[in-house]
Amino acid sequence: MILFVGQILFGLLMGLQYVIGDIVGGLIPFNVARMVHTNLLIVWLLFGFMGAAYYMVPEEAETELYSPKLAMVLFWIFAAAGVATILGYLLVPYSTLAHFTMNDLWPTMGREFLEQPTITKIGIVVVALGFLFNLGMTVLKGRKTAINMVLMTGLIGLAVFFLFAFYNPTNLALDKYFWWFVVHLWVEGVWELIMGAILAYVLIKVTGVDREVIEKWLYVIIAMALISGILGTGHHFYWLMTPEYWQWVGSVFSALEPLPFFAMVLYAFNMVNRRRREHPNKAATLWALGTAVMAFLGAGVWGFLHTLSFVNYYTHGSQITAAHGHMAFYGAYAMIVMTIMSYAMPKLRGIGEANCNKSQVVEMWGFWLMTVAMVFITLFLTGAGILQVWLQRLPESGEALSFMATQDKLAIFYWLREIAGVIFLLGLIAYIYSFFITEKKAV
Amino acid sequence: MSESFTKGMARNIYYGGSIFFFLIFLALTFHTTKEMPKRDHRENITEAVERGKELWEENNCIGCHTLVGEGAYFAPELMNVYNRRGGEAGFKAFFNGWMKAQPLNIPGRRQMPQFHLTDQEIDDLAEFLKWTSELDANNWPPNIEG
Repeated sequence: MILFVGQILFGLLMGLQYVIGDIVGGLIPFNVARMVHTNLLIVWLLFGFMGAAYYMVPEEAETELYSPKLAMVLFWIFAAAGVATILGYLLVPYSTLAHFTMNDLWPTMGREFLEQPTITKIGIVVVALGFLFNLGMTVLKGRKTAINMVLMTGLIGLAVFFLFAFYNPTNLALDKYFWWFVVHLWVEGVWELIMGAILAYVLIKVTGVDREVIEKWLYVIIAMALISGILGTGHHFYWLMTPEYWQWVGSVFSALEPLPFFAMVLYAFNMVNRRRREHPNKAATLWALGTAVMAFLGAGVWGFLHTLSFVNYYTHGSQITAAHGHMAFYGAYAMIVMTIMSYAMPKLRGIGEANCNKSQVVEMWGFWLMTVAMVFITLFLTGAGILQVWLQRLPESGEALSFMATQDKLAIFYWLREIAGVIFLLGLIAYIYSFFITEKKAV
Repeated sequence: MSESFTKGMARNIYYGGSIFFFLIFLALTFHTTKEMPKRDHRENITEAVERGKELWEENNCIGCHTLVGEGAYFAPELMNVYNRRGGEAGFKAFFNGWMKAQPLNIPGRRQMPQFHLTDQEIDDLAEFLKWTSELDANNWPPNIEG
């Protein structure tokens, strides 16, 4: 039963993934396409985290899921709410959706990443509470491993900080300040706990290294992540209506933020080198190593590039931010979900420890195509960002090129980025195709 | 290291460190919210500004534009558009004409949709943008182009 839930979760997740690489068409206004692009990413990652938790927690706790029925119900509620919301974005103008869902009663819409109608947000809270109750009961009655505790704190944090999505004061200064409590403390805080826990779990499974060692390093890494990441929120407060000390606090602590990611790379490679068994699922091991490296590059290195306040003064809100966002989300979160999928799918489908060799080869093609394409997307957007800063931000008023004139100059980078995007899509197709390759058994 | 440094110690660093820094974060947040009125001129938030912000949200302007540097990077920064496009003397006239002229239908140019706002609504939105232009975001943006 649990397996069934997990399987459906993963199935839907793959369906959504198809859409993530979506490219903006002329028919759909950019704001709608962008909203669909980012919201789908968030939704499929949340599905991925939930699926991962349903898979890992009962096994770690050495017990059954408290209520598979509740899990199923919540899954369908979440899926239906997600589909309805996305259809709402696509089918009617956003302002119509706002009126239809009575946004004026409790306005929460129209803020970046939190575009969902208030009713959807309430639904998310209900699903999250039920989900946490279900998992919490499972952990309580079973074994409390470090991985489970970290995963649970991460998931609880995720739910708690989401509550700030309901706070939308008229004063934009306050609105923006607390908006970051959802956005930053998710992706640079509690999500890192979830990522760390999933990575630790997969590493234990594929390397056979002693749990004590892996869990110790899990604690070290997430300690670094939170110690740097909480005050690192300051790097979003440089250019809000905030005191100047945030420029110091934010610069110092966010400069430390790459460290946990660097530690994650060392740790993943170290554990794989010290492996005590040859796990047949080579693809899962590749994903685990890949996610550590790409998270370090995307979140760590590309984050550091523009995190110091005197650099950020010029790069804030430019294509540099977009470059960082793409690689960080792919490296840290999309890849960790694909890591656990790669590990769990063969087991869930009753194939065994690993898919057949041919399937794994295609999966690894998918890995390399997507990952290399993402590296190029990031490089092209970085190029665009540097030129943008050069033309539009560095010169004095009067000499600087306008936004639209600058964008015209960046066209070559956007075309190259588009080509890389198509390659990413090819990688994704290869990845999904790999799930359909099974060994033809001789009868 | 591996012998003397145990999992229990690592766990304590995690819980202790996180809680410690989170408390500092809360304290700084408290101080920041006390300081904010000096920089956000909240006394100038009129009902028109309030309605303007709601219009800004309900039309998902942030899906293309940035405001104080945050949003999508597809269309210009609007925190200082009031100053860029005429200020006290000319902004409202410019803005009304601009909103009504959309989409511009210039081939190859990014298109801004037509939102069918009334004159009253356009005026509210203009008041909101005027208010944002007066915000003190530590001298950001670097120049008038945003």
